[in-house]
Amino acid sequence: MAATSDSEAFVAFERVQKSYDGETLVVKDLNLTMPKGEFLTMLGPSGSGKTTCLMMLAGFETATYGEIKLDGTSINNIPPHKRGIGMVFQNYALFPHMTVAENLSFPLEVRKMGKSEREGKIKRALDMVQMGDFAGRRPTQLSGGQQQRIALARALVFEPELVLMDEPLGALDKQLREHMQFEITRLAHELGITTVYVTHDQTEALTMSDRVAVFNDGRIQQLAAPDTLYEEPENSFVAQFIGENNTLEGVVKEISGNTCTVQLDNGELISARPVNVTEVGQRTQVSIRPERVETNKERLQEGAHLLKAEVLEFVYMGDIFRTRLRVAGNDDFVMKTRNAPDQERLKKGQMVEIGWLPDDCRALDA
Amino acid sequence: MSDTTQNGPMLAADGTPLKRSLNRALRRQKLRALMLIAPLLIFVLVTFIAPIADMLFRSVENQIVSDTLPTATEVLEDWDHTTGAPPGEEVYQALYYDLYLAAEARAHTRLGTRLNYEYTGVSSLFRSTGRGLEDLGEEYQDILEDADDRWGEGAFWYELMTGTGDTDARLVREHRARLQALENARLTGDVGFAPSVEIKELLPQTTFAYTDFAVFTALMDEDVVAEEDPWEGVYAGLAQDLETADLSGYDGPGAEALVAAQQTLAEQAEPINYTAFFESEDKDWVSPDIWATIQTYSSTYTGGYFLNAVDMQLTPDGIEMRPDGQRLYMVLFQRTLFMSLTITLSCILLGYPVAWLLANLPASKANLLMILVLLPFWTSLLVRTSAWKVMLQQQGVINDVLVWLGLVDDAARLVMINNQFGTIVAMTHILLPFMILPLYSVMQGIPPSYLRAAKSLGATNWTAFWRVYFPQSVPGIGAGSILVFILAIGYYITPEIVGGRTGTFISNRIAYHISTSLNWGLAAALGAILLAVVLLLYWAYDRIVGIDNVKLG
Repeated sequence: MAATSDSEAFVAFERVQKSYDGETLVVKDLNLTMPKGEFLTMLGPSGSGKTTCLMMLAGFETATYGEIKLDGTSINNIPPHKRGIGMVFQNYALFPHMTVAENLSFPLEVRKMGKSEREGKIKRALDMVQMGDFAGRRPTQLSGGQQQRIALARALVFEPELVLMDEPLGALDKQLREHMQFEITRLAHELGITTVYVTHDQTEALTMSDRVAVFNDGRIQQLAAPDTLYEEPENSFVAQFIGENNTLEGVVKEISGNTCTVQLDNGELISARPVNVTEVGQRTQVSIRPERVETNKERLQEGAHLLKAEVLEFVYMGDIFRTRLRVAGNDDFVMKTRNAPDQERLKKGQMVEIGWLPDDCRALDA
Repeated sequence: MSDTTQNGPMLAADGTPLKRSLNRALRRQKLRALMLIAPLLIFVLVTFIAPIADMLFRSVENQIVSDTLPTATEVLEDWDHTTGAPPGEEVYQALYYDLYLAAEARAHTRLGTRLNYEYTGVSSLFRSTGRGLEDLGEEYQDILEDADDRWGEGAFWYELMTGTGDTDARLVREHRARLQALENARLTGDVGFAPSVEIKELLPQTTFAYTDFAVFTALMDEDVVAEEDPWEGVYAGLAQDLETADLSGYDGPGAEALVAAQQTLAEQAEPINYTAFFESEDKDWVSPDIWATIQTYSSTYTGGYFLNAVDMQLTPDGIEMRPDGQRLYMVLFQRTLFMSLTITLSCILLGYPVAWLLANLPASKANLLMILVLLPFWTSLLVRTSAWKVMLQQQGVINDVLVWLGLVDDAARLVMINNQFGTIVAMTHILLPFMILPLYSVMQGIPPSYLRAAKSLGATNWTAFWRVYFPQSVPGIGAGSILVFILAIGYYITPEIVGGRTGTFISNRIAYHISTSLNWGLAAALGAILLAVVLLLYWAYDRIVGIDNVKLG
């Protein structure tokens, strides 16, 4: 993530800082480049600076320091209405006093487009989101999902090259949200639009994006493709924030190349892959995904480390079993096992031996 | 459900139609809700709706003419004003006895005042004639008493009028009702007199006058009728009756005195002539115009007040505009409407930016600004209005500053008060919060994301405001305008203080008629028109903007 001024970069943040009160930085030294056509998601907890970044890109907030470039030119001093960036807002922001067609016509009218041209574009945009029959309706007469589609159509109707989306699916129910996730990614890829998508929902980020930027505390913690992010988190924040994660605390005893030995707080030694531990004696959090934990020794490779665990809770979830265990003093150690015929259903209070591959076990910062 | 065979209305479980069942279930809730608001409802009905209804009723009510001159107006009905001749003797005769009772009850001046609204000069005519009514009867009284002392004795009269045979209680009831209408009060108590049927047939006018006297004496003066000497008017009645009465068949009390009196009067007195009497009192009484006015306004209900309120009048020949010099109210209505609209418009222009600031500033600053907006609310209306007097008068703060700056010559100080300008400035200031508060509450409900969305779609700041923000703030403008306009159109104190002659409202005129000229009918008519104008504008607003769009908070 170096501050490169790559000529391939369509969107670029260069050393961008933002402060509202002059005392604390909401965005600290942000560097980010995006090629054309990419779907990038800014993911992070609330207050992490992701929405501020989006607003700076849209032009509603000014960067305190640094430069934001669009297609190679700095847009710091260009007012929002001249940036030509489409935007979908959290609450859709459909103009309630206009019909759907008038809402879509608005960006074309301010661009002084002729009537027939406007009508053609509106029809195409509405058909694109399968809302062709709703042109005469008012936004209040539409359901949440329909409003969402119209907001999307309005952001796309004037054919911007960059579209920003600020938690657009936050108000929808689960099923609709999943459907819209698919729709949005399909449209973005079909039209080849560069998209910056802000969300605090990690599933959304993982399923939709080409790359995900995980924000925390005003910084990008990791910028990577979804699979990399999930399987190879670079620090304990990302490991905790993306997906479910088990952590065991301990001290690094030995590092040799791709493996290290960690002494857990209860004295047990386990081997792990060192990710951002550098020296012996350092405190570390060891991270293991719940679905990589096994009780069935036949499925474990040779050399897998085995730990004693007590079953605290067993939850039947249909496709999987979710078992909460006490492991090395940690009461919140979760194991997810597939619902297979040969899979044992554990009982509360039962003592088991669990294990995992050393490669799935990552030693991160404490 | 295709297999359903039932085509009628939906039925509840017990077989009653669902709608009725639902209504029954909801009725209890509705009643309970009504009970909660009942105290307020009763309070409003008693202290607000009822007085207003009563007041509005006064704008058409006109019983005073027929109450005061019941027989005269009845007889007058047959008179045709277009002949140009005054009515006949029978009208003057009826007028004499009606007016006599009214004068005793001091109600004739009230009627004079009422008719004066329609025909100038009637008031003094009634007042002066009221004083001279006794003169006509006194003439005959003197002649009769000179001939026989008994004519001056109350007991003798009482005996004569009561007679020995059947008495007519119905006549007493009628005259009691006459007096009640005059006094506008319910009179109870025993009159202690009823005329004999025989004497009523023989001396009808005397009986009429004496019954008036008896009812008034017993009920108003609370004296014994038999002990009081009759009014002079009774003698006039007797004189008239004796001119034609055939006394030969009468042998009741005082029969011989009546025969003697008939003789005496025939020898010594002129035959009675009511027309000549009224003409001698004031020759206006033989002018057909007066009678035409009385005839026109003798109906129980009249549109006269309303016509008056729009500078028209009901003449015997129909409805016509008042003469140029007397037109007043249409100008006032126009001025009231124009100034109220100007004030509303100034409030929008001044209030909109303030409301916008209030809605968009951070909370701490907005609160401070809100206090400044509300500050005038906490100051007395009189103080605020007087402060404008200090500011705007010719030796006032603004003129002093302008003179000091050299912008205005000391000799040509601006006249900014006691005219329309002063009223508009002061009232705009006073009513401004009523515009700002609804605007503010509407603007607070417009999320900033709409403006952002508009800008992101390519609109300039102005286009975003005008096409996206402004239309959504229209309900606030509507609510504020209705509030300010309705308050302004009925405003009274401020125009009274700073309005001078050209800056007053119709409400000032209404107040004048209520408290100074006491023409409540006209005041009620003006108020009713004002109410109608407001309702009309409200209706128009509903049609154009839609009342659903009004948000007060």
